[in-house]
Amino acid sequence: MNMVKIIVGGAVAFSVAGGLTTTYAAEKMVSVKAMADALHLVMDSDRTIYTRKIVNRLVKKEKVIKASEHFEDDKALVLPAQMFRFGAELVKKRSKKLPDVDFSYSLQSLWPINKQNAPKTKAEKAGLKFVADNKGKNYYTEETLGGKKYFTAVYADTGVAPVCVSCHNKHKDTPKSDFKLGDVMGGVVIRIPVDG
Amino acid sequence: MAILLVSYLAYRLLSDDGKTIFMPGDLTSGHHQIGIVCDACHTDSFTNKDDMQKACVNCHGDQRVKPFDSHPADKFTDPRNTDRLENINALYCVTCHVEHKPEITQKTGLTQPKDFCIHCHEDVAEERPSHAGMKYDTCASAGCHNYHNNRALYTDFLVKHAGEPDLLKKRRMPAREFGEVLDDLATYPHAKFPVKTVHEGDISDIAQKYATENIKHDWMTTAHAKIGATCESCHSTKTSVWEEKPGSDACKQCHNVEVKHFMQGKHGMRLQQKLSPMAPAMSRLPMKEKSLDKELTCNTCHQAHLYKLQRSAVDVCLDCHDDKHSLAYKSSPHFQLWEQEQKGELAESEGVSCATCHMPRTSIDVSDWLRRVVVQHNQNATLVPNEKMLRPVCMQCHGLGFSIDALADERLIEKNFKGRPEIHVQSIDMADRDNKRHQQKTGGE
Repeated sequence: MNMVKIIVGGAVAFSVAGGLTTTYAAEKMVSVKAMADALHLVMDSDRTIYTRKIVNRLVKKEKVIKASEHFEDDKALVLPAQMFRFGAELVKKRSKKLPDVDFSYSLQSLWPINKQNAPKTKAEKAGLKFVADNKGKNYYTEETLGGKKYFTAVYADTGVAPVCVSCHNKHKDTPKSDFKLGDVMGGVVIRIPVDG
Repeated sequence: MAILLVSYLAYRLLSDDGKTIFMPGDLTSGHHQIGIVCDACHTDSFTNKDDMQKACVNCHGDQRVKPFDSHPADKFTDPRNTDRLENINALYCVTCHVEHKPEITQKTGLTQPKDFCIHCHEDVAEERPSHAGMKYDTCASAGCHNYHNNRALYTDFLVKHAGEPDLLKKRRMPAREFGEVLDDLATYPHAKFPVKTVHEGDISDIAQKYATENIKHDWMTTAHAKIGATCESCHSTKTSVWEEKPGSDACKQCHNVEVKHFMQGKHGMRLQQKLSPMAPAMSRLPMKEKSLDKELTCNTCHQAHLYKLQRSAVDVCLDCHDDKHSLAYKSSPHFQLWEQEQKGELAESEGVSCATCHMPRTSIDVSDWLRRVVVQHNQNATLVPNEKMLRPVCMQCHGLGFSIDALADERLIEKNFKGRPEIHVQSIDMADRDNKRHQQKTGGE
């Protein structure tokens, strides 16, 4: 089992009521799989909340604004998938400044609207097929890209709201137009470098 | 002999303008003005690509982000795209824009073969049947695709604006709004210059020595006196010492965005490198003989104290520029509109000056939290490739189809748009055909 060292701020100081201060080395070994699962849980929860409490509420329930792929031009909300991608881009940018933090993630599909989001590597192709064929299960593997070894995890991405399904089915660039609510529509791929 | 040669080369290396002798080839028109400052690009070394990339980003980074760039470097740092970098290393600007190679440099500064898109988009016709059979050296033909800025050329945008008339009903540039958003501008020096009208009585004793009646009149009848800028605001910016001819540092106190843009463009980039101001004599474009030695600073175009914007929008441009497009302006329909605006026959911002197109008023993010209309003082920002002009300029008055055709017609540009485009670009037709094909497939949704 691959392990990864998680360092939270290097060290954390706790103040107690009596005025004593104890410093703990906040280093803990966790499995790389547990780290990937935790990251996915946060990503998925944030996007679910954005979809339900912001997009679906304002667009479908209160009908006060649209959500659009061209959100700037249409002066609309960003789509949940775009919100997810923007998060991934910001993580990439911010993690460059954190020497102990190195991971990347992306939203992909076997039926992508943008062909750039189709699986490319062998692990991505196998992983996306596995999570589509085995509902409720995740896919874990290792792969080497550009001479670097990665732990790669793939999690199913399911159409949770009617608007996710209908929008994908209607899009002019979709290669699949018969998604149903609850179908696996794609997958989240998380990649963490591991020692060779 | 050898000693003489070494001494000569050492002299050239150490002198301010002698280093050009070591240049392996002429610079592009984008950089030639600052060629004597080798370390503007070669910061720490002549061979380290990462160092050079920092220099590129330092000047050009603002525009190399989404949505202004379809291929930002971040797109390629994902490990899954590692294989793409083997063909075109899109992480480095110099992969496609090599300097000192005039023999292979195209008009856009591109030094890759024109068909480089094939490396990643070989299967484009599978997704876009309208592209079947097209050659890859036509991707970047006028009005089709740019590697970087495709803001007015993406499919949905083309479809949305298909069928627009040549002239739109509403034809007007956005109004200035600096005064209205001052309270929200975190960078405005509110404490130093409280917003209030200042009067002749506010002129200090030292300023009185310089303030002629004309200067007083110009200052009091224009925006600066109305918004709290006293003589000292510009003439004593850092110390209490009176500065007779303040430079851009004075302007930057309030107009930091404008000065930043000015220094990114060809008019101000020498100042950014701490060189003497640009002069028309240094330009590679045709310039008027009488103006060759004129120096370009903020006050060259914005006459000190008066800041008459009408003059800086046309007259000062034509004082220097002597190319066919500039010389044709006064016989163009755009100039007729400008004259009508000056006579009050058209509303403000309905006329078309040189600045309307080359220094357009555009709404941009001036911070993470605020967007406002600014006059784009980098005259290059929308110039090459000229499709960058479509949204902020042409489409304020014209339909997209007409605008794409007009910008693709070099002869029409030379005539300063007197006449109609004689070229038709297929972009909108192709996008429309793909869209209709989709609608037929899905029953019109």
